[in-house]
Amino acid sequence: MSANNTGTDHEALRDRLWEAVIDRDEYAAAAIVMGALDAGVAPEDVLLDVIARVQMKIGSEWAANRITVAQEHAATAINDRVIAGLSYHPKSRLEATRGRVTVACVDGEWHALPARLLAEVLRLRGWQVDFLGAQVPTPHLIAHLHLQRHEAVALSCMIPTRLPTAHAAITACRAAGVPVLAGGAAFGVDGRYAIQLGADAWAPDARAAAERLHEGLPPVRPAADHQPHDDLPHLADQEYTMVTRSAPQLIKATVAELEDRFPAMRSYTEQQRQHTIEDIGHIVDFLGAALYTDDDDLFTGFIAWTAEVLASRGVPASSLDPALDLLATQLKDFPRSRRMLQTAHSVLPAGLRSTPDPAAHA
Amino acid sequence: MHKKAPTTVDTSLDAAWASLPWPVLVVDRSGVIQAVSDTTRPILPGAQPGVPLREAAPTWLSDAHQAVVDGGEAVAASGTVDGREFDAKPSVLPGGGVAWCLVEDSARSLAAAQESLARERERTAFLAEASSVLGASLNIDRCMEATVQMAARYLADAAVLVAPPTGRRLPVVGSVSGGAAEHSSVNANPAEVAGLSEALRGFPPVPSRWIDPATVPDWLIPHNFTGPVGSVVITPLPGHGVPAGALVLLRRTSQAAFDDGEETLAHLFAARAGAALSAARLYAEQAEITKTLMRELLPPRLQCVHGIELAGGYRASEDHEVVGGDFYDVHPGSTPEEETLVVLGDVCGKGLDAAVLTGKIRNTLQALAPLARQHEGVLKLLNNALLSPEKSRFATLVMASVTRRDTKLQLRLTCAGHPPPLIVRNDGRVEEADTSGTLVGALPRFKARSFETSLAPGETCLLYTDGVTEARGGPLGTDMFGEERLKDAMKSCAGMPPEAVVERILMLTSEWVNQRTHDDIAVVAITAPHRTYLSAVDGRTAGRFTA
Repeated sequence: MSANNTGTDHEALRDRLWEAVIDRDEYAAAAIVMGALDAGVAPEDVLLDVIARVQMKIGSEWAANRITVAQEHAATAINDRVIAGLSYHPKSRLEATRGRVTVACVDGEWHALPARLLAEVLRLRGWQVDFLGAQVPTPHLIAHLHLQRHEAVALSCMIPTRLPTAHAAITACRAAGVPVLAGGAAFGVDGRYAIQLGADAWAPDARAAAERLHEGLPPVRPAADHQPHDDLPHLADQEYTMVTRSAPQLIKATVAELEDRFPAMRSYTEQQRQHTIEDIGHIVDFLGAALYTDDDDLFTGFIAWTAEVLASRGVPASSLDPALDLLATQLKDFPRSRRMLQTAHSVLPAGLRSTPDPAAHA
Repeated sequence: MHKKAPTTVDTSLDAAWASLPWPVLVVDRSGVIQAVSDTTRPILPGAQPGVPLREAAPTWLSDAHQAVVDGGEAVAASGTVDGREFDAKPSVLPGGGVAWCLVEDSARSLAAAQESLARERERTAFLAEASSVLGASLNIDRCMEATVQMAARYLADAAVLVAPPTGRRLPVVGSVSGGAAEHSSVNANPAEVAGLSEALRGFPPVPSRWIDPATVPDWLIPHNFTGPVGSVVITPLPGHGVPAGALVLLRRTSQAAFDDGEETLAHLFAARAGAALSAARLYAEQAEITKTLMRELLPPRLQCVHGIELAGGYRASEDHEVVGGDFYDVHPGSTPEEETLVVLGDVCGKGLDAAVLTGKIRNTLQALAPLARQHEGVLKLLNNALLSPEKSRFATLVMASVTRRDTKLQLRLTCAGHPPPLIVRNDGRVEEADTSGTLVGALPRFKARSFETSLAPGETCLLYTDGVTEARGGPLGTDMFGEERLKDAMKSCAGMPPEAVVERILMLTSEWVNQRTHDDIAVVAITAPHRTYLSAVDGRTAGRFTA
């Protein structure tokens, strides 16, 4: 392996690291990564072209039902330990020459690895980085920002249902005078929600984020006449508030209706029943997030993804369609909710309109 | 003050002048007012017949009158009366007197009013911005930067803030108008600069002081300040009992004064900046105190000890707190052969009071750790230490003594009124440790039964507090997470590293509570390492491992 590494080197490293993490072989994983550093691969490339790419594969392999949730968590934990080990390698130890940046996940967001990778990349580029980890309650984040002078906060959010929380965090950071760089899948492939929710900048990946910070974020200027809800005028219709507040009743009624319509559901085991309740809970959560951002794509994207995940597990997603119907009936007085539920119908693959099958959640 | 009118004046003519609809003054050659139209009174109330013009009107008008008398030509003049712009047009009368007709230049008056309104608006906007920028941050550095940047933009060409000295060094932040803030820490005596040490002391209050620009040392001038320093003023920042610093304003012009408006503005700005800086200073001091006191109460960071893999996770019930009534600790054995003690517990109550009690229990247990071959004995001693007549200090806890035997972990578990630990085997079975005991600190007698087991590589024992099982929420919002769900979750954790187990349990419970209120939550996972490292690794190939 040479210092002027090529894509194939990275690919070979990825394959070997994938084998190691899926085999739960932490020592082999560490040896591969340390070996690559010794051989002259840049630490940033190891982080982003090897570890991050393997992590992406872990996610997609899980969605495709080719690895178990236990393998997924174990592999992620090993990657995390490997990153910690990498930061002690002589090649990645260097003097901080730039200002301070805090990297944190929004409260309720437990996918810490993408944020962790960014934290390491920024450290490698000379920033003083405070990594606060997953699930950072907004009051902790703000208290931390007051302690030291920060150039920026890099805020990570992967799950779209956390966008309202992300909005609160962005607003609070900016009110404390610190500009926010938003990143993570939840903000949309084009970062549209980051801009909508008032972030100062958005980056699609760690390298872009590092470059954006290098350019410098504009200082936060308080605009006296601007209120957080000005970004989201559609919230005036109260639909988001009503739907999220009445979510438990909505879910309960939908499950009861489903059992009424499909006698087969009455023979579900308690566990299958719980899973159905959780699935409908997720639908309502995502509907809430879509109402918050007023973006139908957010909801339909989730429904399409769910149908795919269920299909890859050989589970007919047959309760999806009637559940959407039943929710639409209950939310008949809410025009935006109805519009979204109707649009979601169109993305479901044909052939889902059968009755729920007791095997659905085996 | 009505003087008697001189007899030479024709009263009927006076009456005619008085009835004119325009402001008119008739003044004789000696400068004494002879007649006034009624409409003049609102403008020049002192203008009465018999009164010298220079006493009743502004100088520009009396000078103009003298000029007309001397020169004999009717030359108009203009000037302000009470802030209003007037043109004064003279007509020389047959008797040699002059009739001055005052015409207000309303366009100019309006422009002047608008200009001063705009200036006031700008000042108000500046102060509003200062308030919101300075009020936003409790961070001293950011407050200092904001102060100099705003001051340089509105009050001077450059501004420098000198903070109270820390040791022998003076923290200094400077900025030129529109520029970035420059931080520096200088080894200088503030007494070298006239007025600076007084301003830094904060009390007694001293007024702003203009000093000779030639005496300003280089460290008080921002690096990117171009041109000579024309004038310098040092303004103390009022600090409300805490010295907040001194603001030094530099100008390129040599005008060594503020006008009235500028003076007020600088004063109001300094008051805001001083208040913000002293609040930030107090916050920093408090945060430092909290950090020191909290250090002992925070859950420790767990890692691999003597071949035992450990991971812990904690979530306080209140979002703004980092500690609560749950705790865990690890006391490693002095050698790998000796037992390592892991403790996890939950004291009565929530919040800081509970956290203080966890600190006491953790200290006591640390002292008792060498006796942990006898869990019941240790718990009896702890029970006695906590017993109080009010029975207000009780706790539930679980002790785990762990040793590595070859690839396996030997485990001795004892619960004191605590939910029993769960053990996930490699085949996915989840077992509940068969141990029970009374809670500590409540009853004079203490009884407990221990449970022994071993963990094969990859197997995990989970210690948890009831914050996990009693978490209320779920899709319907009211269900408890419960032991069955926890056992189900543990089933899916078979073979995971301890960090992943902890992360998964915390993730499931936090999803379950979904931002509703919850109790403190603490979990510790004890895992037998999956593999034993056997051979050295050359960095290119995977090492050889044994399961």
